[in-house]
Amino acid sequence: MIMGPNGSGKSSLSLALMGHPRYRITSGRVKIDSKDITKLTPDKRAKLGLFLAMQYPTAIPGVSVANFLRTSMRNLRSSVKPPEFVKSLKTKMAELKIDENFASRGINEGFSGGEKKKMEVLQLSMLEPKYAVLDETDSGLDVDALKLVAAGIKKSSGPKIGILLITHYQRILRYIKPDFVHVLVDGKIVKSGTHRLAEKVEKQGYAGIQI
Amino acid sequence: MLEATTVEVNKEYKERYGFSKPEKYVFKTRKGLDESVVKEISHQKEEPEWMTKFRLRAYEIFKSKKQPTWGADLSRINYDDIYYYLKPIQKKGASWEDLPKEIKDTYDAIGIPEAEKKYLGGVGAQYDSEVIYHSIKKEWEEKGVIFLDTDTALKKYPEFFHDYFAKAIPPADNKLAALNSAVWSGGSFIYIPKGVNVTFPLQAYFRINAAKMGQFERTLIIVDEGAQVHYVEGCTAPVYTTDSLHAAVVEIFVKKGARCRYTTIQNWSNNVYNLVTKRAFVDEDGFMEWIDGNLGSQITMKYPSVYLKGRGARGEVLSVAFAGAGQHQDAGGKAVHLAPDTSSQIISKSISKDGGRTSYRGLLKVIKGAKNVKSNVRCDALILDNKSRSDTYPTMQIDEEQVQVGHEASVSKIGEDQLFYAMSRGMSENDATSMIVNGFIEPIVKELPLEYALELNRLIQLEMIGAVG
Repeated sequence: MIMGPNGSGKSSLSLALMGHPRYRITSGRVKIDSKDITKLTPDKRAKLGLFLAMQYPTAIPGVSVANFLRTSMRNLRSSVKPPEFVKSLKTKMAELKIDENFASRGINEGFSGGEKKKMEVLQLSMLEPKYAVLDETDSGLDVDALKLVAAGIKKSSGPKIGILLITHYQRILRYIKPDFVHVLVDGKIVKSGTHRLAEKVEKQGYAGIQI
Repeated sequence: MLEATTVEVNKEYKERYGFSKPEKYVFKTRKGLDESVVKEISHQKEEPEWMTKFRLRAYEIFKSKKQPTWGADLSRINYDDIYYYLKPIQKKGASWEDLPKEIKDTYDAIGIPEAEKKYLGGVGAQYDSEVIYHSIKKEWEEKGVIFLDTDTALKKYPEFFHDYFAKAIPPADNKLAALNSAVWSGGSFIYIPKGVNVTFPLQAYFRINAAKMGQFERTLIIVDEGAQVHYVEGCTAPVYTTDSLHAAVVEIFVKKGARCRYTTIQNWSNNVYNLVTKRAFVDEDGFMEWIDGNLGSQITMKYPSVYLKGRGARGEVLSVAFAGAGQHQDAGGKAVHLAPDTSSQIISKSISKDGGRTSYRGLLKVIKGAKNVKSNVRCDALILDNKSRSDTYPTMQIDEEQVQVGHEASVSKIGEDQLFYAMSRGMSENDATSMIVNGFIEPIVKELPLEYALELNRLIQLEMIGAVG
């Protein structure tokens, strides 16, 4: 888990990891399972198992949630038969308490902040990546929605997935216990520790933990 | 028509539609046009004298009119370098099997006989100048529906021609309409009797096979009171280094309370000039819908129009245009409100890429006294790269104050964030772009019957291949 104050570079890190064209990596490398992906386009990174739940996912008018997901799955997971797809989509939407009619709506088109976050978690659970970067997937959610999202993340995690959770609240820690916590300030990791570090940040603020 | 032009044609079109069959014909006029060629066409068709006279008068009008210069660039058309009439076979086939092999193979490759079996109420197939196959399901024939090629209909039902032929689009309307009136051949004639609802689409398929060919079909549709029909046309042509000309005239009469939907999926090869005049007269409470998909051709100029003549008449034009390298799609729609309580909607979506150009050109006219008119015009353009271009030329002439008129236009590019979002879910840049483009035209595609929606999406997909660099 990565924590850090506003503007510390958390989202930049996540977008750079996924290969957003606006970010240029000037030094260092990104590796996945020891394969260098620094120069790969986002689709190739996704195919190697990387997933990014975006902080501000964009709308694609006229492309339905179901169509978007089906196209993604066709690219990332070899064979998914239509009946299985529909069944699994329905189940997973129900778990996240997303209304069924969202499947036919344009993806993120007119969705509220909370709906967009749930939509990212829905994609995470459908696409089953090896590594997921979750960029403030917990922010802007009410208590109930946070519980659902946390449960969704937990369900997708388990021993097979590596999750990098980016947040600046520790309230999600009530539901998810990270193995490691890193604190990012001004683009640098200034401190690393266990979930205790997160609690400390909560109590003392970022200023309090700096060396 | 003119010297070889270098138009980049995508490989998939070449393979699927761009093939040509050896040119076989039983009659072909000599190249170019004069009075004797016009007379010869009429003679070959054994037409009544009034039609021969009509053609000759139209030819005079054609000669007297200047080439239109207000739209796309037509300066390279050489009317002397075109074959105006080519009769491919002596007699129309009663079944696909009866047709000469190369013609049958052509339609098999395009998939028409298959579609006829599956979901069509009737089919017409035009090959160069003549309709070579025609059928209508018995069920509709028994209800009095007439679906014929226009030449046959002229002989069998002359009374309709006296009342309707060239009444919506007279030869003097424009130069290309005059040309069509002089040399027209083929096209569909449809009559739907009062109250009959034809629940399956009637489809015509237009194929140009010969090089330097002009295809001038003439379609006349009459939907009588309270009746309904959906007519679909598709068109393709081989890829030649010389250009072909397609100049059709389509006239539609929608009677009181009737409904007509006319869907075009135009997929001409990129050496075809596609210059078409389409107009519908709509009576009281009638409803006319034009759904116009323009993918192929080198230059298209086409503005399907609705003349709302009776109180409460409605008209809609939904158009999608796609312009790739070397293409100019100058398309749009016209709504002319001639009666009170009439309403119209024009929605245009255009996509340009690889230096292609799209133009929206539209007219909204409301005459004095046509109170409570409602009209909504919306045109959205999507430009896929910096080489491509899109323009909007809307005209409004509103002479009545009590109207509700809306006009919206937008021009956009595919956003970096949209592409990134889709690519981060494993889609290649091409797949992501196609998906976004398909989403852009979705409001129109969803109006199409499933088969055509799939076809349109697939064609857009083909156009997109290799589009993004």
